[in-house]
Amino acid sequence: MTTRHFRVWRGDDEGGELTDFDVEVNEGEVVLDIIHRLQATQAPDLAVRWNCKAGKCGSCSAEINGKPRLLCMTRMSTFTADETITVTPLRTFPVVRDLVTDVSYNYEKARAMPAFAPPADLKPGEYRMQQVDVERSQEFRKCIECFLCQNTCHVIRDHEENKPPFSGPRLFIRAAELDMHPLDAREDRKELAQAEQGLGYCNITKCCTEVCPEHIKITDNAIIPMKERVVDRRYDPLVWLGRKILRRDQIKN
Amino acid sequence: MSEIERHSFDVLVIGAGGAGLRAAIEARSAGKKTAIISKSLFGKAHTVMAEGGAAAALGNVNSRDNWMVHFRDTIRGGKFLNHYRMAELHAKEAPDRIWELETYGALFDRTKDGRISQRNFGGHEYPRLAHVGDRTGLEMIRTLQQKIVSLQQDDKNNVGSYESKLKIFAETTIVELLMSEGRIAGALGYYRDTGRFVLFEAPAVVLATGGIGKSFKVTSNSWEYTGDGHALAMRAGATLVNMEFVQFHPTGMVWPPSVKGILVTESVRGDGGVLRNSEGRRFMFDYIPEVFKSQYATTEEEGDRWYTDPDNNKRPPELLPRDEVARAINSEVKAGRGSPHGGVFLDVSTRMKAEEIIKRLPSMHHQFKELADVDITKEPMEVGPTCHYVMGGIEVDPESQQSKVPGLFAAGEVSGGMHGSNRLGGNSLSDLLVFGKRAGEYAAAYVDGLSERPRTTDADVAAASTAALDLLTEQPEEGAENPYTLQHDLQQVMNDLVGIIRRAGELEEALTRLAELRKRAANVKASGGRRYNPGWHLAMDLRNMLTVSECIAKAALERSESRGGHTREDNPGMDPNWRKVNLICSLGENGVVLKRQPLPTMPDELLSLFDRSELAKYLTEAELADFDRIGGGGEATGGDESGSAPAETESEAVGMVSASEHPPTADADTPDGDAVDDATATTGDATTKTDDGNGDKA
Repeated sequence: MTTRHFRVWRGDDEGGELTDFDVEVNEGEVVLDIIHRLQATQAPDLAVRWNCKAGKCGSCSAEINGKPRLLCMTRMSTFTADETITVTPLRTFPVVRDLVTDVSYNYEKARAMPAFAPPADLKPGEYRMQQVDVERSQEFRKCIECFLCQNTCHVIRDHEENKPPFSGPRLFIRAAELDMHPLDAREDRKELAQAEQGLGYCNITKCCTEVCPEHIKITDNAIIPMKERVVDRRYDPLVWLGRKILRRDQIKN
Repeated sequence: MSEIERHSFDVLVIGAGGAGLRAAIEARSAGKKTAIISKSLFGKAHTVMAEGGAAAALGNVNSRDNWMVHFRDTIRGGKFLNHYRMAELHAKEAPDRIWELETYGALFDRTKDGRISQRNFGGHEYPRLAHVGDRTGLEMIRTLQQKIVSLQQDDKNNVGSYESKLKIFAETTIVELLMSEGRIAGALGYYRDTGRFVLFEAPAVVLATGGIGKSFKVTSNSWEYTGDGHALAMRAGATLVNMEFVQFHPTGMVWPPSVKGILVTESVRGDGGVLRNSEGRRFMFDYIPEVFKSQYATTEEEGDRWYTDPDNNKRPPELLPRDEVARAINSEVKAGRGSPHGGVFLDVSTRMKAEEIIKRLPSMHHQFKELADVDITKEPMEVGPTCHYVMGGIEVDPESQQSKVPGLFAAGEVSGGMHGSNRLGGNSLSDLLVFGKRAGEYAAAYVDGLSERPRTTDADVAAASTAALDLLTEQPEEGAENPYTLQHDLQQVMNDLVGIIRRAGELEEALTRLAELRKRAANVKASGGRRYNPGWHLAMDLRNMLTVSECIAKAALERSESRGGHTREDNPGMDPNWRKVNLICSLGENGVVLKRQPLPTMPDELLSLFDRSELAKYLTEAELADFDRIGGGGEATGGDESGSAPAETESEAVGMVSASEHPPTADADTPDGDAVDDATATTGDATTKTDDGNGDKA
């Protein structure tokens, strides 16, 4: 057992600050364990989302030392012995409180995405698909909706104005999944991705792929094939990303 | 109360896991204005954690499978304590519920001829679990979630609003069900992000809140599993059945400490993984109980042959039902033959090629690598039992899933009866689809049958909101109980005294300790504000956890036998007399009230799916005599009959009857016992409804 130094962002949509904690850490623990220990011993109202604590539900997304991570899958042993661990909420979404953000943007985009269209001529039980054909879509269905890809995507990370026309990597893999579904009855998934989801905003920097805890090859296996196959391919305006540091305490709602 | 936000719905579904979503789909499809209350974000419910698969006798991998074989396996797994009608409906309807998911967009793994692939699992005679690698629960929840979105899109196209017929309230918790003259009238909840209360007026409520595992220290369950639905139902006047039966999954992670309890899917064993002790012995061969002797391999050679030639060999004992495997692991560790961190070894690395392991068990590979520095393609895992599932739950009518309270329905883990004393792996994902659909369907029908809508009262709303607010204090108060400390203490009591192996003295002590915890709970205060305050949320959940824990401990003390997920060291072995008894919990003026009630009697045509020699291990002499009169036995189709094995003597079958000091007779403690028996004999749906004054159900 050792004592480690943590800085955790605390506040709400009106502002907040990094708060310092010294906290006990035991062998094998992950950052979420430490957050829970803070709740139990020092900060009972510290807000954090979590569910499965096994990397399967995608609830505990946050930024650890500036990197988008799942709190439950980030082991304390990955930090050096004297390293201060800074935990902040996802930056792309509005803060609700402490480490909890309002991720409703993602649900709204999902709702705008045309659903699976079942084939008209097949009854339940009559579906036949080959494993090799379902595997392409299955890769995308591994998505646990942690929204780390959405959070890291520079198209919207510091560009609120791009949110209305842009659905983000999570929804691009959903589009690709349906496009590659052997029995989806719609033929226009790629066109929809371009016209309705803002696929063209993506300039393939692969940031989304890098942060995916499920190791889904978002860019190579979903976005690029979707882009390549759009017949009427338009010029992608390069969205310049300034890596200006926006402190949370300056955020206004 | 005018400042409280109000909504009006036809059907309110509490819980957004598989059962809740399936119920909501059905209620909305029946034209009812439906709301889904989700304690977490939409799509994060505990169903997402299910790994192995959903059991349904599709017969895709072995065409000899059918509903009767599935029914029989389910009853065997539950040690004949299941509600037969639920097990029957489940086995019959599961295939349709699975196939339906494909029309919603689900992508299960396939057989060579393009059908849904099925895998082996503990207690299932044939490969039966539809699956997607080892992330089947994720596929199911996502599929149901996306189906709900598609229904909302239909509503948007037809009436202009996504939420006109089906609305999701994410991160919203219900604190109380509201009643009107004994019927459901609505529910009061709060938004977690603002802490503001919200009133739902609805004549029908479907509880789909899942389980109770968070009352135990070592558990595979998430923070949400605080027995909310169980406790809400009890406070509304409903009853719980079989609460003593808690499933400890045999294989949870044991190291490092922070991941202790996280599930290691049974698919590891289904796909060939073996259990070894510190001496390298496949110890499960030493633990095949008498009742399963004829169905399991007795040598490693035969067990190994079964994976490639299941028709001519018997399955290895690693695939015994979960209660048996969990007890065996517990015994090995106690005998000093455990692994370094207090579990046993589960090895798949010597059984399959690395690429095959990564393909079939990707999330296990990932989980062990990331959390424990163990590469399961190269070395064994360390595993031990973890609290996983509660077989007990709200007592419901098997057809409609309605509880004793008119308008209150329950489906999925929160309901009871289906799994008897022990649930087979894979049967919960199919359970929540089958009974989720039924609950939604019958809730809608119930609303149709009402002549007027019950009204909530301002007084009830005020009482519930005041009780919730009383748990909150802006500044920490001197001498107030910390909710986290109280939860920790509760988990320790349940773990130490009501765990996998139980004794009367310890259960009595548990009840004393629980009473002390209840007193302390009266003094719980969470500090801070109303906005997204986890301490406050936990303080509210604690009341439910304490009620449910008391039910478990009381029922566990009462049932003086060992069966399925209830093991009494002081009463080892099954007692055929206890098999006829359900323990029913309700809430009285002074806490939990327990009573005995006869188990509904399985009709002859179902009973005759079993061989007499197998029934002899479970039934009383009188029941066997009845069975002989109807001339039943051995009629089941589809596979190696247990009876085809060398006949066993009856004396070895029912070994421990004498262990029970007070062989129970159900009607001795149940005034209405005869009435219940009569009811079961005639109609299926009257079985669980007894003498309550409000039994005039729709």
